[in-house]
Amino acid sequence: MNKELRRVSVVVVAMFAALFMSTSVITVFQADSLAADPRNSRTLYDSYRTERGPILAGSEVIAQSVATGDRFAFQRQYPEAELYAAVTGYFNPTQGSSGIERSMNDLLSGTSNLQFLDEINRIISGQPPKGAAVQVTVDPAVQRAAFDALGDMSGSVVAIEPATGRILAMVSTPTYDPNALAGTDTQAVIGNYNALLEDEGDPLINRGIAGDLNPPGSTFKLVVATAAFESGEYAPETQLPNPASLTLPGTNTPVFNSGRGQCGGGGDTVSIADAIRYSCNIPFAELGLRLGDDAIRETAERYGFNESLSIPLSVESSVYPQVLDTPQTGLSSFGQSDVRATPLQMAMVSAGIANDGELMTPGLVDEVTGRNLEPLQTFEPSVLRTTSTPETAESITQAMIASVSSGAATNARIDGVSVAGKTGTAENGTGDPYTLWFTGFAPAEDPQVAVAVVIEDGGGRGQDGSGNALAAPVAKKVLEAVLNE
Amino acid sequence: MTTPKIVADTSVIKTMRKLRIPQTERNRELSLLVLAFIVNIVMVLLVQLGATGAIDTTLVSLTATLAALVLGLHVCLRYVAPKADPLLLPIVSVLNGIGVAMIYRLDIAEGYTGWDAFSTRQIVWSAIAIIAAITVILVVRNHRVLFRYTYVFGFSAFVLLLLPLIPGLGRRVNGAQVWIGIGDVLTFQPGEVAKIALAIFFAGYLVRTRDSLSLVGRRFLGIQFPRLRDLGPIVVVWALSMGVIVFQRDLGTALLYFGMFTVMIYVATGRLSWVLIGLGLFGGGAAIASQSLTYVNGRFNNWLDAFSQEVYDAQGGSFQLLQGIFGLAHGGLVGTGLGQGRPAITPLAESDYIIASLGEELGLAGLFAILALYLVFVGRGIRVGFMDGDDFGKLLSLGLAFTVALQVFIMVGGVTRVIPLTGLTTPFLAAGGSSLVANWIIVALLLRVSDSAKPARNTEVSA
Repeated sequence: MNKELRRVSVVVVAMFAALFMSTSVITVFQADSLAADPRNSRTLYDSYRTERGPILAGSEVIAQSVATGDRFAFQRQYPEAELYAAVTGYFNPTQGSSGIERSMNDLLSGTSNLQFLDEINRIISGQPPKGAAVQVTVDPAVQRAAFDALGDMSGSVVAIEPATGRILAMVSTPTYDPNALAGTDTQAVIGNYNALLEDEGDPLINRGIAGDLNPPGSTFKLVVATAAFESGEYAPETQLPNPASLTLPGTNTPVFNSGRGQCGGGGDTVSIADAIRYSCNIPFAELGLRLGDDAIRETAERYGFNESLSIPLSVESSVYPQVLDTPQTGLSSFGQSDVRATPLQMAMVSAGIANDGELMTPGLVDEVTGRNLEPLQTFEPSVLRTTSTPETAESITQAMIASVSSGAATNARIDGVSVAGKTGTAENGTGDPYTLWFTGFAPAEDPQVAVAVVIEDGGGRGQDGSGNALAAPVAKKVLEAVLNE
Repeated sequence: MTTPKIVADTSVIKTMRKLRIPQTERNRELSLLVLAFIVNIVMVLLVQLGATGAIDTTLVSLTATLAALVLGLHVCLRYVAPKADPLLLPIVSVLNGIGVAMIYRLDIAEGYTGWDAFSTRQIVWSAIAIIAAITVILVVRNHRVLFRYTYVFGFSAFVLLLLPLIPGLGRRVNGAQVWIGIGDVLTFQPGEVAKIALAIFFAGYLVRTRDSLSLVGRRFLGIQFPRLRDLGPIVVVWALSMGVIVFQRDLGTALLYFGMFTVMIYVATGRLSWVLIGLGLFGGGAAIASQSLTYVNGRFNNWLDAFSQEVYDAQGGSFQLLQGIFGLAHGGLVGTGLGQGRPAITPLAESDYIIASLGEELGLAGLFAILALYLVFVGRGIRVGFMDGDDFGKLLSLGLAFTVALQVFIMVGGVTRVIPLTGLTTPFLAAGGSSLVANWIIVALLLRVSDSAKPARNTEVSA
């Protein structure tokens, strides 16, 4: 009997050996791949335990984690929710995220590679997990000025520090309350989210960097002027024909200046400087046709058109079409046809001019600090591209100053400060409300801020509004907010 | 036990002498029990600190009550089975306590309290089970009495297995018709007790008939095969197991019965042919069942193709299995710590998947410790067979120890995808009263057999 018992013992030991192996394989060798399985909700729940780092603007906390006491442990809270929605976005542990919450998620949640040593320290010292703090470049005073100035109008403001590329303000209206999407009651969050999706104002869209892009209208003349001066064949005083209407080659529809008359004070010709100052379409259409779409496209792309950008929010690329026929080239020379731009893009155009032709890479994140306040990531100003010579930039600046002081953009005037600016009033189709623009910078001799304002749906005034009437005053408030500091 | 010097041997003197004789085995058992009790109480405290951050004395005192009952069993052993194996009781005490602590931990996660809590019921059933074990050890003073009633046990096993099929009495839980219930209050799985009756019956029957089963037959391919008419018993047991699969839809129990019988007949006869016949019969039956019975087929699919999304989403698919495996992986090498994992995500975390729950919070280290405890327990049971004693006792303890081993293998192997998962209980750990009572009775029987099997000369003491 003993021989049989010994054999049975061997079988029992073999059975247990199989169990020792199978448990080892699952808990050790397959652990990583099992943790990465999307059906493994434990991995997700683990992420809730981390206290996400706060998001700060200046000395204001604009997003923070508060303890909930339920299985989610924490939930996001946005103290100035609607003001900063375009910057922070929202964060929900199960339903997704947007804005800085999304693009800085690995640092905020403490899972970034930069935080590896931090994490080891934490485990050894037994502290609870905590993400890094993200300081954004947004200046609360500028942000608030932009938000208040836009009021009920649908639109967006982006302000950049020309010398560094720091984004000082990014507002999109109508806005929404990210707190409504941050809750742990999933059904309520989904309900709120669907309500926001169905809202005709599209509040979830950040118009500063995305959405259905608008034609830039006359603000695009800054790009065409840059192309002209950079070609070496044109100077501000170069004269262009000045008819009251122009029928583009191959079409039957005439193009008019705003006001349907000749540009400026009349006369057979008009200088490029005056065409900018009074924002005349016909001379620019003629200029565009002479330059050709390739030269304009090349300049536009140096300013950032046809290129997506990460600030680190992903920015939809503004469009200067790849293929244009002659009439389209003419129309696109004053920002119509299929040219489309984000407010960030137009602010970059102004910033490039303001910074003597050196366009700085725009960015929203100033500094990221770990749990022990050690800096993990700092804003390093960098040149994105050289957009023009300093001389070209200076020529355009002078024309923009004239436009504000005594031209088409007078509503942006600030006493005692020379403001450079350019308005835009873009048509969207017969009878549709205009898109109203302003872009510019101040002070012209030492630019502290470049701004772009877009107001959609004619600012509620259909085809009666203009860039100067509605967008320029908004820009003025934003410029003042920076200059008053 | 008595020494020839004392003639006037009153029961009082007997008792006093027993108290005077140094009981090495029992003292060793006592010190191990103290260790087991400390482990159990500390685990409950850790669960409370980990899950709620506060200490609640109710469960600590309930655990202490169980410890007191185990101590009662220990004291009984001092009187009625002083030479019984000293490791069995501490091992099952600690396993039972680990189970209670984990079930309590899951109750906290699910918010169950009072009589709704699995842990409360588990503690009450543990108490009943320990009392049952005490009763068995007190009533069955000599296991050879059981040999006399071999066929009575065989018949009872048969009746117990049939009970769940009686209309009005049987209950279907999770698809398996293995429960009986009186009203809604008391439910019981008679199959758990039936396995003990079957082990006694098999041991008694095989000791009686092994000569004819082993000596006659013809050789084929170097192995001696039995005569056709001696195949009767194994065919009957096979038919019984297949009946359990078909009518009670309980694959695990069938495997358990058949595995136990095959091992016992092999040890009794020393003929490997019986193992081959057994494996062939059961393998063939299982193959046919996996093709023809949808529930068996589903189990095989869940096992082989667990990670496929289709199988995962299917009704009764691999969702539970994968959640258990995710839990184990989440635990890793050292676990999340008691009360700090998320074992409650897995359905049936307190019963079928208790080992996954333990793995999540105690890690691979904890699982190895638990498996090692089982291995030692089974080893001590098989060890009885190597000692001087009667063949019935040897066979019985082998059968009982092997059922525990097989049950652990079927459950842990099922959860970790070594074999298809079938619904059995992980002995001593999983929530379930019938299983606890049956397994504690197995402990009592093993203690009883080990007490008598020990050669007298080894424990001789000078008076």
